[in-house]
Amino acid sequence: MRFMSIVTSPQPAAQPTPALLEAMHKLADREIKAGRMVDTGGLMPLATGAQVRVADGNLSVVDGPFVEAKEVIGGYAIFELRSKEEAVALAVEFMQLHKDHMPGWVGTCEVRAFAGFAGQFPE
Amino acid sequence: MPVAAVTDDDVQRTILGVWRIEQPRLITSLSRMLRDVPLAEDLTQEALIAALEHWPVAGVPDKPGAWLMATAKRRALDHLRRNRMLSQKHGMLAHDLAQEQQTMPDFDSALDDDIGDELLRLIFTACHPRLSREARAALALRMICGLTTEEIARAFLVAEATIAQRIVRAKRTLSDSGLAYETPRGEELSERLASVLEVVYLIFNEGYTAARGDEWLRPQLCNEALRMGRVLTSIASQEPEAHGLLALMELNGSRIAARTDADGEPILLMDQNRALWDLLQIRRGQLALARACELGGGGGFYALQAAIVACHAGAETADATDWPRIAALYGDLAALVHSPVIELNRAVAIGMAEGPQAALAIVDGLADEPALKSYHLLPSVRGDLLQKLSRFDEARAAFEDAAALAGNTRERDLLLRRAAVAARAVSRDVSTHK
Repeated sequence: MRFMSIVTSPQPAAQPTPALLEAMHKLADREIKAGRMVDTGGLMPLATGAQVRVADGNLSVVDGPFVEAKEVIGGYAIFELRSKEEAVALAVEFMQLHKDHMPGWVGTCEVRAFAGFAGQFPE
Repeated sequence: MPVAAVTDDDVQRTILGVWRIEQPRLITSLSRMLRDVPLAEDLTQEALIAALEHWPVAGVPDKPGAWLMATAKRRALDHLRRNRMLSQKHGMLAHDLAQEQQTMPDFDSALDDDIGDELLRLIFTACHPRLSREARAALALRMICGLTTEEIARAFLVAEATIAQRIVRAKRTLSDSGLAYETPRGEELSERLASVLEVVYLIFNEGYTAARGDEWLRPQLCNEALRMGRVLTSIASQEPEAHGLLALMELNGSRIAARTDADGEPILLMDQNRALWDLLQIRRGQLALARACELGGGGGFYALQAAIVACHAGAETADATDWPRIAALYGDLAALVHSPVIELNRAVAIGMAEGPQAALAIVDGLADEPALKSYHLLPSVRGDLLQKLSRFDEARAAFEDAAALAGNTRERDLLLRRAAVAARAVSRDVSTHK
């Protein structure tokens, strides 16, 4: 099964500490070598992005900063795993690193299965 | 622990999830300590059993990886103490281990372990050429992928007891032959790598080609093989054929969703909906193939096959397929390994690239190949070429020959339908020429 883990945290996003960066790098390295992580990336601050919206039949392009946004996506990783339990175990490990190396940090790691793969796998 | 675990089943699945994430590091650390891969595998299993006993009661620990590692190391220490009298070597190891236990690494520093070399040793041990192919496949799935005996049995459609026995025997063979802990070097490494790649490809094909067995476990075999392929390319990164095999598996795997219709009927490559091909996997396959070529291995057994599949993967429509290139690649492959099946495939590609007449000459040259005597695709391809050349009566006969050899009803029916189409063309021909 293919999963995407998406990390969000409240605005403005705090820069990760060097210790956290190092720990995350090691975890990513382990997961790549284990053949489980197939893609990952961190995202630039929301202010540097743009949003294209459709509302009330109107289309608009809005550049950052988006001061009204409560949460911002910081990065993602894509995994090939056997079960949701494995995906959750990895997310727990990833968030534990934040807890250890960046005290006071608040955030969410959302674990989502890709559509179109479920039929080939258990559950 | 913020993991919702409601029923016993949930707890068990949660534990198995954590254990599988940690399993490679557990078994590699233990085998380094014990200098014995089969024993390390036993103790890794024991750590799982301990977790299954303790965690449902005490809750999943905050750092489950560290818990599993500590438990496994304790078991290893107990084992070495029990055997201390047996040999001086074991006594020394037990001493080392006791020292190490006093400074038990915490979870983060455990991330520092570079398990690459040890994992490579593990893979080479599990795939030792001394073992049968079946034993190597079972042992690899168990020791490298962390599959349970029951899962392996279901995937291979074999009784669980058979797999269990296969694994026990294989491990005993390794221990008895003194092969429990060794890594080949130099020239032997390339030879042994071939044995590893063969097993990984066997596991992939077991999941990919057979249209039988447990519906969801077969794609899982493909995924296990892919994962092992990725592991090999990261720890044996200078071996072009490891990249070639990974490329072949990724590129073939990219078509899984498009290979069958809603009723599970197979859809031929040229008829597949290419929008269902997995672009992420295609890109990974192309990258792996490029790496194999950069390392000078573009002409390898797996890389050549991957290059052929890449021609299909890179074509936006079936009509855009680069058949001359595919034909040339089959030519290279045929020069590398003499195989009438490859030659037959080359004929198909030549037929698409240059026309049916050139292909028919190759196919007719294969008529006396003993290996193809009961291979239904030989007359089937021949029938197709004759049909295109409007030699309908010969086409009908070829399709009928093919139908008689076809292994399954679905294929036989298809071939008989084609024979009937050819027969109708014959009678039409006859009436127009009257």
